[in-house]
Amino acid sequence: MSIRVGKTGNEAVAEAMRQINPDVVAAYPITPQTEIVQIFSSFVANGKVDTEFVTVESEHSAMSATVGAASAGARSMTATSANGLAFMWEIVYIAAGMRLPIVMPVVNRALSGPLNIHCDHSDTMGARDSGWIQLFSENAQEAYDNAVQAPRIAENPDVKLPVMVTMDGFIISHAMEVMEILEDEKVREFIGKYVPENPLLDVDNPVTLGPVDLQDWNFEHKRQQAEAMRNAKPVILDVASEYAKLTGRKYGLFEEYKLDDADIAIVVLGSTAGTAKVAVNALRAKGVRAGMLKMRVFRPFPAEEIADALKHVKAVAVMDRSDSFNAVGGPVFVDVRSALYDVDNGPKIVNYIYGIGGRDVTPDHVKTVYADLAKIAETGQVENPLTYLGIRE
Amino acid sequence: MAVPVDNYLRNQFMPHMWCPGCGHGIVLGAVLRAIGRLDLPKDEVCIVSGIGCASRAPGYLDFNTVHTTHGRALAFATGIKLARPDLHVIVLTGDGDASAIGGNHLIHAARRNMGITTVMFNNSIYGMTNGQYSPMTPKGRYASTAPYGNVERNFDMCELVKAAGGNYVARATTAHARQLSNYVEHAIQTQGFAFVEAVTQCPTYFGRRNKMGTPVDMIEWFRKNSVNAAAAAKLGPEELDGKIVVGEFYRGDAPEYTQVYEEVIKRAKEAAAR
Ligand SMILES: Cc1ncc(C[n+]2csc(CCOP(=O)(O)OP(=O)(O)O)c2C)c(N)n1
Ligand code: SF4
Ligand SMILES: [Mg+2]
Repeated sequence: MSIRVGKTGNEAVAEAMRQINPDVVAAYPITPQTEIVQIFSSFVANGKVDTEFVTVESEHSAMSATVGAASAGARSMTATSANGLAFMWEIVYIAAGMRLPIVMPVVNRALSGPLNIHCDHSDTMGARDSGWIQLFSENAQEAYDNAVQAPRIAENPDVKLPVMVTMDGFIISHAMEVMEILEDEKVREFIGKYVPENPLLDVDNPVTLGPVDLQDWNFEHKRQQAEAMRNAKPVILDVASEYAKLTGRKYGLFEEYKLDDADIAIVVLGSTAGTAKVAVNALRAKGVRAGMLKMRVFRPFPAEEIADALKHVKAVAVMDRSDSFNAVGGPVFVDVRSALYDVDNGPKIVNYIYGIGGRDVTPDHVKTVYADLAKIAETGQVENPLTYLGIRE
Repeated sequence: MAVPVDNYLRNQFMPHMWCPGCGHGIVLGAVLRAIGRLDLPKDEVCIVSGIGCASRAPGYLDFNTVHTTHGRALAFATGIKLARPDLHVIVLTGDGDASAIGGNHLIHAARRNMGITTVMFNNSIYGMTNGQYSPMTPKGRYASTAPYGNVERNFDMCELVKAAGGNYVARATTAHARQLSNYVEHAIQTQGFAFVEAVTQCPTYFGRRNKMGTPVDMIEWFRKNSVNAAAAAKLGPEELDGKIVVGEFYRGDAPEYTQVYEEVIKRAKEAAAR
């Protein structure tokens, strides 16, 4: 039996953290993540968790302390946003390189400068090549569900990689919705006991972590990291199907919304998927065969599966909530288009960069994207491969 | 003498974002009056801040201003001072900005004796992010991350900057607006690194959490609990417990960094010319 509650995304993720009951949490506040850690700190103060909670003096220290704790064999978590993630950078790569199964909620916020506190995906997109698994969430329910599944994925012996669970700043983190949470025991049973491999605290079997690794072995170790990322794909699916048995909520690598028979489709991540569903429903009611693919797992990137899901579509728009500034398109676009490269007679594919710095995106905006796609599907011609949606220019 | 400060404000950005009763405006007023008394041309002043409620100040100021990232104000300011030693570089920073995430920059700016004036708005809390305790939150005080009281000791930033090598160190509170302004004036006149700790009230988070009453009550509390440096010298640690020692603590005359560096450039040029 699940419990129905009203929670904001931040509250939902703090709740998941309480239920996970990590051994160590080290964190530093930053808008819009602040509440997660603040709520969690009250769980610590009120004895609701057994966690050692460290209020460090910066994010660089937060990730360092989390890495230290994870190396010692502790189930360790932190959380951040935007510049906090940027300031962790050095240690973000170290967490992945040292194969530490850390779980970190990231509440998406635009990276400075100029300074902005609202949602876009520039923070986590920047970390897409850091070796972390990245799970995106459409709403508070998904943020909670992803957070509960994350330790299982991270700690799987074939994976042993850190996981970022993201949600859109303010849009999800601060908006209340009705959702379901599991009973504490169920979560504890589901995630199980963490048995670390080669923990530093196993003093009878001393190991060194993170020593210098030069031309002789570094390449092999990086190759293993890549292999772990490959291994993560089936593990993510296994964990999801076990979770579905527990909750009835099914998760895959991505969600296909009315995609089976779609002529035109968009690919989107995060809360905009909810907005897009409204647009799809409206178009379907008018007989337009519109569909959507909502990415959940951005790393590892499910290239074959995406190609398979989109191959029948005539025109696809990839929606990027960040820019790569590469003069070609956003990061999701580049990956999706590359996934579709080998598909014979595959869809025409275009890119929309939207929602930067929290710029609102409404169903009407999304409808204009579908209108553009309908034209491309009809004519077979792409006029604008890259469009900045909802901008004044 | 009343010093008009309107001329220094970007009135188009009013109303400001500070809460009613926030002490940051009093500190900013003290800084502006100091600049006014010194009659510094606007174009010769560069104000640099990090991130936080305090660091929002330069946005409202009509000088050359830079709003940087959390903790990095002094690093940016160091670069500015090196490029333009002729500018009056003033850093406005919060206690979290200067003592937590940016603490390293503070000690090194002091050690190098960079010709920068730093005014640290110390409200003993991370105001902007809803009141977590900072390295300046006194032991036992409440914060959103210390619902049963803070167990950590706070820094004495004035002692720290002095020990690290700064040339001017002073502290005043928002109950001492005039003194505070004088100290900032002296700081700006200092050759080398100058540090003024401005103890200020955050009624919204620190005040509320610690049941300190209205903003006026908080200022009154500062006034009653302050001891001047001369009187403090005669008191023992127990008597000073919980007190705020105010005054000018140190004036040094170690050479300022960019001047020393100028000498190096001169020597190198002379050597090359020979
Ligand atoms: C790298 C980074 N980490 C965290 C933050 C979030 N943050 C913004 S202001 C602030 C604390 C500000 O406290 P303080 O410097 O004391 O200034 P106050 O708001 O109290 O005036 C924090 C943690 C950030 N902007 N950047
Ligand atoms: S939160 Fe505190 S420091 Fe920030 S503006 Fe309000 S009173 Fe001032
Ligand atoms: Mg502060």
